[in-house]
Amino acid sequence: MAAYIARRLVQLVPVLLGISVLVFVGMHIVPGDVAQMLAGEKGTAADVQRIRHQLGLDRPLYVQYGAFLLGAVRGDFGISLRTRQPVFWEIMQALPTTVELSCAALLFAVGAGLALGLLAARYPRTLLDAGAMTGVLVGVSMPVFWTGILLLLVFGGLLGWFPLGSMLDEGMRYHRITGMPLLDGLLTGDLAVVASNLRHLVLPAVALGATSMATIARMARSTMLEVLGLDYIRTARAKGLAEPSVVGRHALRNALLPVVTVVGLQLGLLLSGAVLTETIFALPGLGRLAITSVLARDYPVVQGVVIVGAGIFVLANLLVDVLYAYLDPRIRYQ
Amino acid sequence: MIASAVRARDEGPPPRAAGRHGPLAWRRLRRSPHLLAGLAIVVGILGAAALAPVIAPYSPIDQAFSDQLRPPSWAHLFGTDEFGRDIFSRVLYGARIALAVGFLADGIALAAGVALGLVAGYFGGRVDAVVMRCVDVLLAFPYLLLAMIVVAILGPGLSNAMIAIGIVYAPQFARVVRGAVLAVRGQEFVEAAGAVGAGSGRILLRHVLPNVISPTLVMATLTVGFAIVETAGLSFLGLGASPPTPEWGSMLATGRSYMLTAPWIATFPGLAILVTVIGFNLAGDGLRDLLDPRLRGTL
Repeated sequence: MAAYIARRLVQLVPVLLGISVLVFVGMHIVPGDVAQMLAGEKGTAADVQRIRHQLGLDRPLYVQYGAFLLGAVRGDFGISLRTRQPVFWEIMQALPTTVELSCAALLFAVGAGLALGLLAARYPRTLLDAGAMTGVLVGVSMPVFWTGILLLLVFGGLLGWFPLGSMLDEGMRYHRITGMPLLDGLLTGDLAVVASNLRHLVLPAVALGATSMATIARMARSTMLEVLGLDYIRTARAKGLAEPSVVGRHALRNALLPVVTVVGLQLGLLLSGAVLTETIFALPGLGRLAITSVLARDYPVVQGVVIVGAGIFVLANLLVDVLYAYLDPRIRYQ
Repeated sequence: MIASAVRARDEGPPPRAAGRHGPLAWRRLRRSPHLLAGLAIVVGILGAAALAPVIAPYSPIDQAFSDQLRPPSWAHLFGTDEFGRDIFSRVLYGARIALAVGFLADGIALAAGVALGLVAGYFGGRVDAVVMRCVDVLLAFPYLLLAMIVVAILGPGLSNAMIAIGIVYAPQFARVVRGAVLAVRGQEFVEAAGAVGAGSGRILLRHVLPNVISPTLVMATLTVGFAIVETAGLSFLGLGASPPTPEWGSMLATGRSYMLTAPWIATFPGLAILVTVIGFNLAGDGLRDLLDPRLRGTL
């Protein structure tokens, strides 16, 4: 297993380098001069020149790339043009919100998706199966931004069951440790923060996780149907095992394997969807930071967010691959 | 034997085989309710888009301040927006934009992805390694972040958003096509074509390409739906179409502000996106079942 993980880590190096090259080159061909933007409209040519020198923009491109790479490794992505704060600090302020939202969405997607998929597979070609699969088709096709708006409208606006956005009730403060109100509330024993955050998290998590839930349900149904038709399941039934034991202990384990891969593929979807979900629910996460920065042409922040986002995505995929190799030993020897 | 083969060639294929081909395709099509339903929806939306100037009762961009925020009625089937514009007319014209953007973004991804996949799969070795590492890098980005970089470079706008979505999907086509090319590359008919002196270009276009069309066609159909959603997503974020263009994503973005007072503004464009994407998803799923029987019923 260690050899497999080492091999996968080595394979990551060129991908991460490629990401850094693409982002670096991309941000260099973006129209507009960063030094000019930092100097502002009143900045003189001398000011611009001084800033260019300070930022190292007057050095050859490969030297700039080397410095950029070294900075990225140390978490130094420069200064935000909009807020004049270090980009890394801005990212660290926003990241916990996105992590909390993505984890909640993934939890919902896996829990509800597996339950729906397994239920449909257990009673195939029934009204329940047809209903579940119609729901899945709609879920896969619903754009995350429309799901979010509808949830807000129905459960936030019309029924008033959930708040209309943000992470906590207005005016509520919490002792920041990780930056995730739910976790920090639990760590400090502040249950009011936990309850408030949970209420605020339900709608965005469902909106963000709905598409993944539908995909997981579809996959769980098809793999479970396949496994339930295999000989060893017939043997288990012939032995007189109770049906919950046949399904839960014998079939589920093997049916879950392909689902793990699908869950891995959903990570990119969740990170992308986070941009839209955070915009709709006014959550101060990485996605909202990204879109605000793109619209404000705050390229150092865009650069930092994209690298951190892609890095998280790549590492999360690695984690899923390792989990898959752990569950299915054949993978390790290929 | 040679004489009979020549005679058979001159006489053409047996009449029964030619006659059977059409009905067989139709029989298969009829047995694929997904494909039929998907095609019906797609054709319906294509028809609505084509006939928008005839069907739409009002101009999609003309403002009528006396009709602001009217709920759905016989005069305005889907209601009106904050500028008094008829939502039904805007949704109809929006179908033109959505389909054009979906097909063009899909076309960009298809052209780039197929070219890269063919070259990587056929030539192998270093060419394959270089192309596929680039593909891996592009696939390592969450798609919307990659699209946002491209839009940041090219500048916001509907055509740039479309190009961005095309670039985002190209690596996926490249991967699928490369896999399909690897499967046919070593087969006798490809080697035979090389042995009789056909050049790489001719082999790729005449012998390899036709054999990778099935998986590519399925993917292309599914991608149109995704491209429509993602371009709408970029417009929703303010990186795609700008007002007063009747684009579904930007209509939804506007509707968000009036969610509690005039929910119809956001409801109908969202519904239009949903129905269109369901159409392409059903058509893609059905096409996959039809073209690759091994996958039938698995997804």
